[in-house]
Amino acid sequence: MKAVIVGCGRVGAGLADALDRAGWQVLIIDRASAAFDRLPSSFGGTALRGDGTDEDTLRRAGAEGADLFLALTEGDNRNIMAAQLGVEVLGAARTVAKINDPVRAEAYAHLGIATLCRTNLMETAVLTFLGQAAGERPGIFVPERAHTHSHTGVAGPNSAPEA
Amino acid sequence: MFVLVVGGGKVGYYLAKELIDSGHECVLMEKDRSRAETIRDEIGSVVISQDGCEGKYLREAGANRADIVAAVTGDDEDNLVICQMAKHHFDVPRTIARVNNPKNEGLFRHLGVDEIISPTRMILGSIEQDIPVHELLHLAALGEGELEIIEAHLQPGSPAIGKVAADLRVPAGCSLFGVIRNGAPTPLRADTILAEGDKVIAIGRPDCEVELREQLIGEPEAV
Repeated sequence: MKAVIVGCGRVGAGLADALDRAGWQVLIIDRASAAFDRLPSSFGGTALRGDGTDEDTLRRAGAEGADLFLALTEGDNRNIMAAQLGVEVLGAARTVAKINDPVRAEAYAHLGIATLCRTNLMETAVLTFLGQAAGERPGIFVPERAHTHSHTGVAGPNSAPEA
Repeated sequence: MFVLVVGGGKVGYYLAKELIDSGHECVLMEKDRSRAETIRDEIGSVVISQDGCEGKYLREAGANRADIVAAVTGDDEDNLVICQMAKHHFDVPRTIARVNNPKNEGLFRHLGVDEIISPTRMILGSIEQDIPVHELLHLAALGEGELEIIEAHLQPGSPAIGKVAADLRVPAGCSLFGVIRNGAPTPLRADTILAEGDKVIAIGRPDCEVELREQLIGEPEAV
């Protein structure tokens, strides 16, 4: 199994290590080589300095046809672009993008990308810890269908703007 | 026409100004407060100092009734998201994105952005038109890159002009298979006489290039 991870922060590095230990072939990309200090010395995958939203960089690194593509940088929009590049151009089977803005996280789940929303995760965790009702704030929005790029004009179920 | 412009750099600023001058309704979003303030002083209260990537602020700016959303920030990923949110979340009929990295054009088009403006590509196109091309043009790589499709444009000075195709010394590992003459593709036959302006299409290994270049391009005349 092959995984591509864009963004070597704590979460990216942690997942890279976990998947590597589980026997995956892991490629992790970050714009700053210092970020790779977070990887343990036992890490057996490939760490590459570069722009994870650049198609050529990803291709040269052999990111095509991954089973899993994780976009975990600090920029919501960079993650959105990288994830769509991963699934549409590089043919990744599954992709997860970290999007901290809950509105965008939900919107892109409707477009078919699994999205991870730290804002919701943390709010829910704190409210749960305090014993208060956490309400409907999913930390991961599960896509309802395959990713659509929509020159078809198919809009998400939430596409009608609220008044 | 109601146009929502996102990004208050030079492009967004002049765009909003021109639109207002020609009588269109326009709202400009610029997330940098001091920059937004500067523009507001000049073109009035149509400037909103919020991030146009956020659904909440797009709605406040009137995205749900916009005829056109133009995303002209300096960051490609932001422009993509603005257009996608406009299209899918607010049903905006027409979205326009500025693309800085020309490589992103295909992706943006594929992802449903209606119109793509690439200043980099435009300037590049303009420069390339002015420079006579004396090189082999690489059209495509085949397989893992072990073979390439190459175009040679026969310009004055090319040793191939006037020759019969059979007399060309084509390097091993390379095959000439077609000529584009006056815009029309024709197969290259042994008795084809090559003429100035022909574009010869070849398939070959990259290591054939030097010899192929000597045969078809030669030493260009000084321009």
